[in-house]
Amino acid sequence: MLTKLTGGRVFDPEHGQNDVVRDIYIRDGRIVDAPSDGKIDEEIDVRGKIIMSGAIDMHTHIGGGKVNIARTMLPEDHAEALLERTELMRSGCGHAAPSTLTTGYRYAEMGYTAGFEPAVLPVNARQAHMEMADTPIIDKGGYAMLGSDDFLLRMMAANEDQEAINNYVAWTLNHTQALGLKVVNPGGINAFKFNQRKLDLDEKNTFYNVSPREILQRLSRAVTELGVPHPLHVHGCNLGVPGNKDTTLDTIQGIEGLPMHLTHIQFHSYGTEGDFKFSSGAAEIAESINRNKNITVDVGQILFGQTVTASGDTMRQFAGAPHAHPNKWVGMDIECDAGCGVVPFKYKDQSFVNALQWMIGLETFLMVDDPWRIFLTTDHPNGAPFTSYPHLIKLLMDKSFRNDMLSTLHPEAQKATHLASLDREYSLYDIAIMTRAGAAKLLGLADRGHLGVGAAADITVYTDDADREKMFSKPDYVFKDGQMVVRNGELVKITWGTTHVVKPEYDGSIEKPLQSYFDEFHTMKMGNFKISDDEIVDDGRGSLTVQPLKQGGKL
Amino acid sequence: MTDKQEDGIFYDVVSPFCGIASDDLVVQVEGNTVTVKEQGDSVTRPGFETPLTDLSPRIKGQEVSLEEAVSHIAGLLNNSKQPLIGGMGTDLNGARAAMALADHSRATLDSQFSDAAFRNILVLQDTGYMTTTLTEVRNRVDFLLVVGTDIESAFPRFFERVVWPKESMFGQEIESREIVYLGKAPSGTASTSPGGRRAEVVECSEDDLPEVVAVLRALVNGKKVQAESVGGIATADIAGIAEKLKGASYGVISWSGSQLNHDHAEVTIQTLCDMIKEINNTTRCNGLPLGGKEGDTTVNAVSSWQSGYPMRTSFSRNMPDYDPYLNRGQRMLDDGEVDLLLWVSSFNTAGTPPATDATTVVLGRSGMTFEQEPEVFIPVGVPGIDHAGRTFRCDSAVSLPLKKLRDSGLPSTFDVLTAVEQAL
Repeated sequence: MLTKLTGGRVFDPEHGQNDVVRDIYIRDGRIVDAPSDGKIDEEIDVRGKIIMSGAIDMHTHIGGGKVNIARTMLPEDHAEALLERTELMRSGCGHAAPSTLTTGYRYAEMGYTAGFEPAVLPVNARQAHMEMADTPIIDKGGYAMLGSDDFLLRMMAANEDQEAINNYVAWTLNHTQALGLKVVNPGGINAFKFNQRKLDLDEKNTFYNVSPREILQRLSRAVTELGVPHPLHVHGCNLGVPGNKDTTLDTIQGIEGLPMHLTHIQFHSYGTEGDFKFSSGAAEIAESINRNKNITVDVGQILFGQTVTASGDTMRQFAGAPHAHPNKWVGMDIECDAGCGVVPFKYKDQSFVNALQWMIGLETFLMVDDPWRIFLTTDHPNGAPFTSYPHLIKLLMDKSFRNDMLSTLHPEAQKATHLASLDREYSLYDIAIMTRAGAAKLLGLADRGHLGVGAAADITVYTDDADREKMFSKPDYVFKDGQMVVRNGELVKITWGTTHVVKPEYDGSIEKPLQSYFDEFHTMKMGNFKISDDEIVDDGRGSLTVQPLKQGGKL
Repeated sequence: MTDKQEDGIFYDVVSPFCGIASDDLVVQVEGNTVTVKEQGDSVTRPGFETPLTDLSPRIKGQEVSLEEAVSHIAGLLNNSKQPLIGGMGTDLNGARAAMALADHSRATLDSQFSDAAFRNILVLQDTGYMTTTLTEVRNRVDFLLVVGTDIESAFPRFFERVVWPKESMFGQEIESREIVYLGKAPSGTASTSPGGRRAEVVECSEDDLPEVVAVLRALVNGKKVQAESVGGIATADIAGIAEKLKGASYGVISWSGSQLNHDHAEVTIQTLCDMIKEINNTTRCNGLPLGGKEGDTTVNAVSSWQSGYPMRTSFSRNMPDYDPYLNRGQRMLDDGEVDLLLWVSSFNTAGTPPATDATTVVLGRSGMTFEQEPEVFIPVGVPGIDHAGRTFRCDSAVSLPLKKLRDSGLPSTFDVLTAVEQAL
């Protein structure tokens, strides 16, 4: 079956196409050349419509233990957002921590065709994949979290060579079925178990005598040398701490030119100036990002309202727990592997701190020059639920709307920002880079994020509308792997996306120390830790897509 | 992963029969006979070794084909005004299928273990908690306080696997670990250290436990307590426990919801959890709620991610409605609100449905016997014996793969419930 989308305005940054009117042909889930015989089975008239590839959320907490704790602990949040079962859809619920089914439906309805869970604890990876398997339509994948696990810290304390660490990273990526590697508060989750309450970049874990800087260097080098396309995904030290911009600047310098992705940078861009001893560090951070081409970031924009923060950063979540709203929270130490903290939170526009957080996020978006190196996220649900993306896009694309919003916020916070003087407005092309082409490139998704021949036919079609929030809320059509799943903003078909992984080779010798580590210290056998391909495929609904490694990847 | 050896011996087998999900069992399989050869205990041996008897579904006691049984159940569901899916003794995919079926048939879901599980879930939803997991405890605990629970009767290998390993990752002298039982005394000596040191026992009646725990929390917070004794325990002894908690580097407080049977035991657990948070202002301390056998943790997890809510969720309005009181399955049965009970209990022949006037359908373990033959009985496979599966451990953080050990031909709960849904 050959489908032709006729006459759309194509935004395909991977191929440099900025508002180019052309036809797109789809066959067997792929974008193909125009047929030589001109035979078309189905033609859809999209003249005047905006066409982009399906959007990719490269950092969204959609599966795994902490997300499910958040769901279970927030019945009152779900009760405000119940969804009826329909002929097509399962029932569901949730606003801040939606059910898996609702998550998939909502993403697709917004034109998203992939979402990546950024904090997959290796021992909890099985659960993360179970939840992602129950998330319809979109593709998914996860970043395995290391850096506070005792096996790595033992290796580092013993000063094992980089090759051994590369081997361990490759083994972990394989057996947790991950696409990338994440580190959260490097070494800090572990240090909290030894009752350390903060860990600066050069502060040592009291037991291992290892610093966050060293962990970042070792892991970033491992990812680079293995040829894993996605750079080390870093949730840095001191999240949320006033003055942490200096830590962030040091972190950028400390990686010594290796590729590194700094996630939810907004939460790491705080100064200590002013009466409130809390100020924006966005200008300095953005300037450093602009200068250091090895750095990519996503923003973690906050938006006002009730949400829940779910993080692997037990140390910082414990520190933030007194701000829980409603007043309940969970902290957890997990399996000598990592931890988690779940703290519900309400961002208030009349709070100085929250208003400034909103401004810092937007300042970052507007002051980082290169849209290929900055990504649109709210760190769902930590800054806001992902359903607020169309609103965020409008804030970026519409200066007067942005400034109208700004003028309603805490007056002292308004005085502390230059946001009103920033004239930049994102273009549709910029948005297509940030949410599609750039994200696919960053993650190494070879056949996603673009509209060239051979690409997976993940395509979103919008009606151009000056109200960008309206436009991005309700696409005319969404195609997932060539199948029309959304028409006029409504789901018309349920499909099941693939799970993207990488499979770097490793030397089997790593299993010797791992086997004895599991046997001596763990309550699970090494063999039972490993997640088989069959578990992902399950009853046939799931599938694995192994993404290619970079050329020159080595152990 | 379980590696099958040529002679029918399986190694590193995971037990879904107890909440700590030991995964180091050695099991022998000859035909349909399963024998735990190594690492067996009073829970896992009957779990694996219960012999296979029934192989055929029955309607009103008459053997029928699986297709007939499935179609009969679909007919019952189509005609039911208020179905209840209960028991919920199943694995990941069984829970998924039960959720899909409940959503489709507007049923209410509850598990046979919910009374105990909700003593913790209600705390999570009201104030939250700080908890830890088995491997952390194994390597870090220096003081273990067991509250109102005889751990070894329900988790026979807990102490061997979690408290008394040969060594800790952090060089701790294992023998130095201290254990105090508060409330209930242990039934055996599993908590005695390898060197022969017995756990300290500070006994009180279960009725006094809420007050004793409240006083413990007050003392942890440096409050003055006038009473010289509480629940028959000298206040000075309770103060001693408070000091140990505050002095420990990594204290762990453990309980099992299934053994705290006093009214509103969730409030006692909440007091413990709030106290744990307070202790963490200066040192580390965590809760370790034990439970989660036979799919208990699994079904609550799956229900939460698919509907937003744990068990006790109703789909009668065509969307999930959660109410831990109104949707308590036994209450619904007692009040005559249910006309069809679909009971799932694939792990344990003793997990039979409650007596009820409602038409009863049972997906049960082969060998289950009934005082009153249900309308439909389908013997289903045991996850981890008759078919592959996945199960969650009590700490909710770890889930483990269950392997197929024999070819009994029994369908899985997933197979049956999915077929029923398709037949609706």
